[in-house]
Amino acid sequence: MIEKEKINWIYKKIFTIRFFEERIKKIAKEKTVPGYLHTCIGSEAICVGVMAALNQDDWISSTYRNHGHAIAKGCELNEITSEIYGRKTGICKGRGGSMHISDFSKGMLGSFGIVAAGPAVVLGAALQEKINKSNKTCVSFFGDGAIHNGAFHEAAGLAKLWDIPMIFVCENNGYAEATATDWHLNTKELSDITKAYDMLSYIGDGNNVFEVYDITKKAINEAKQKNTPIFLEFKNYRFSGQYEGDTQLYQPQEEIDKAKQNDPIKLAKENSSKYGLNKNDLEKIINEAKEEVDKAFDFADTQPWPQPEDALEEVYVNYPVEINR
Amino acid sequence: MTIKTVKDAINDALVQSFEEDKNVILMGEDIAGGKGREQYQGTQDAWGGPFGVTQGLYTKFGGERVRDTTIAEAGFFGAAIGAAMTGLRPIVELMYVDFAGVCFDQMMNQAAKVRYMFGGKQKVPMVVRTVVGAGFRAGSEHSQTLYSLYTHIPGLKVVAPYDAYDAKGLLLSSIKDDDPVIFMEHKRLYMTSCEVPDDLKPIPIGKGRIRREGTDVTIIAIQRMNLFAEEAADELEKINISCEIVDPRTYSPLDEELIFQSVKKTGKVIVVDESNPKCSLASEISSLISEKCFSDLKAAVIKITAPHTPVPFSPPMEDFYIPSTKKIIDAVKKLKDV
Repeated sequence: MIEKEKINWIYKKIFTIRFFEERIKKIAKEKTVPGYLHTCIGSEAICVGVMAALNQDDWISSTYRNHGHAIAKGCELNEITSEIYGRKTGICKGRGGSMHISDFSKGMLGSFGIVAAGPAVVLGAALQEKINKSNKTCVSFFGDGAIHNGAFHEAAGLAKLWDIPMIFVCENNGYAEATATDWHLNTKELSDITKAYDMLSYIGDGNNVFEVYDITKKAINEAKQKNTPIFLEFKNYRFSGQYEGDTQLYQPQEEIDKAKQNDPIKLAKENSSKYGLNKNDLEKIINEAKEEVDKAFDFADTQPWPQPEDALEEVYVNYPVEINR
Repeated sequence: MTIKTVKDAINDALVQSFEEDKNVILMGEDIAGGKGREQYQGTQDAWGGPFGVTQGLYTKFGGERVRDTTIAEAGFFGAAIGAAMTGLRPIVELMYVDFAGVCFDQMMNQAAKVRYMFGGKQKVPMVVRTVVGAGFRAGSEHSQTLYSLYTHIPGLKVVAPYDAYDAKGLLLSSIKDDDPVIFMEHKRLYMTSCEVPDDLKPIPIGKGRIRREGTDVTIIAIQRMNLFAEEAADELEKINISCEIVDPRTYSPLDEELIFQSVKKTGKVIVVDESNPKCSLASEISSLISEKCFSDLKAAVIKITAPHTPVPFSPPMEDFYIPSTKKIIDAVKKLKDV
């Protein structure tokens, strides 16, 4: 049984992420947003379901498709939006951009632009937790495309060998950039790759936020109890293109139409009464989420640009010679 | 005062750092050795790395802090980054710098950039200890120096000590440093020795050292090249040519002021670098000098480097590849006549 407060939180976050991504897509079409945008429409249930099983100070890594993870992990909407706009008050002071939305104070180790960079970094955080006999949960998010990258395998192998109770979360969204997952997999199920590491793995419906939550919560307990890493594969569909502006010619319309029947937002709405939310409750949450997203975009619009020379700051903690030589 | 080899000085610095700070850990391939054969006597700590530099640490501090890894540099380098961000001070061993390619992403894109890219909230206090250098008949994939590869990357610090004194002092400060440091150990210097005080204080990163004062020509020597510079200076002294030897010791940050002061004094400069010549430390230092000290120069800067080839295996070819004392002497004589 999930407590009422958590249910409200889950609904609020899942709508916030969807509205946020729809809004930024629209803005990117209408006017210029600097740089690349990778939206996560279709991944909301995974972002929220996993994060619902974590504490604020647990460690995660994300990727360039990070808006949903950042929102669910508790990063400030205003700061996320300002960062995407390249403003001084952005979450990374304008030095990261959409691909690198990350707030260390909210337990984010980083949002990496390099596929499969995250698992090894999270392995290190989990190793630190083990050595210091601390108990924070450590989760790495990555996509199905990352499972062919060596860094993932090296991290998986060491995690198993060293009995590190970290959670690998693979969002199997059907596409690695513009390549279909059913083509790039060598195994029947994606999670079969963990057999080489004798690693426990579970597969879940990535469109059902409560299923994601449930599986993740159980996995965290099991991993800590058995001192072992666990690999979770959540299947969903990437409605967004690889990036905003992607023609998505490789995604057949009939496939999209079929996936829409399992849209995570649609499922969440359908399930709402089951979780004790009536029509009014749901409407209230939806309106709040919309309002917060609107406010964040209004905020970002008013924010100052960084000074050009701000580019020279915080390359090092300490560097005894001038940086701009 | 005790006479120490570079190898022992590094081991001393590691032991001292482990004793001073419980957050210091070491990860690498066979840094202990004998993993998986603990049940047999005498197998534990069998290697201490291929050069025996870390020998004894596993026995002294245990497998939790001294962790033999699989041959998976991307994995344990990434782990060092995450561990560093969350409170440990990991030291990772890259067995040979020639293996940089398999874990360069971790250093170039993650260790170097997370602080900057994520808004200055994180720090990555990790050290990469790695072995560089030709002269071991080790062939093209176990002999490079690659100093400039890491020096090029903003966010990384690069340290390359020549003698045991600097090796200990600079490793102590590298481990205490809050930024990622690449600490390069030259395989041909491990068994060289000098006096190292037992209570040596950490040497600040970014401070070079004048190894010999002189008036006629400045020789800026990188790591092992200090050996040849000293030999050349001894020879040249016999014919009344006075050489000043500058050892920058650290390459990012670089003690530019120390170099410029010496250039102002002599007006004649030779830079000796064991690396390949293109985009090397030699070319960087030479360009800095011409930019900042042009009016002090009495002649163009001479660079003595390896040729633009991989490191060859066969002794006559490898000896030809490495800059030599003779090449330095010839260059100094050429400059003296200007």
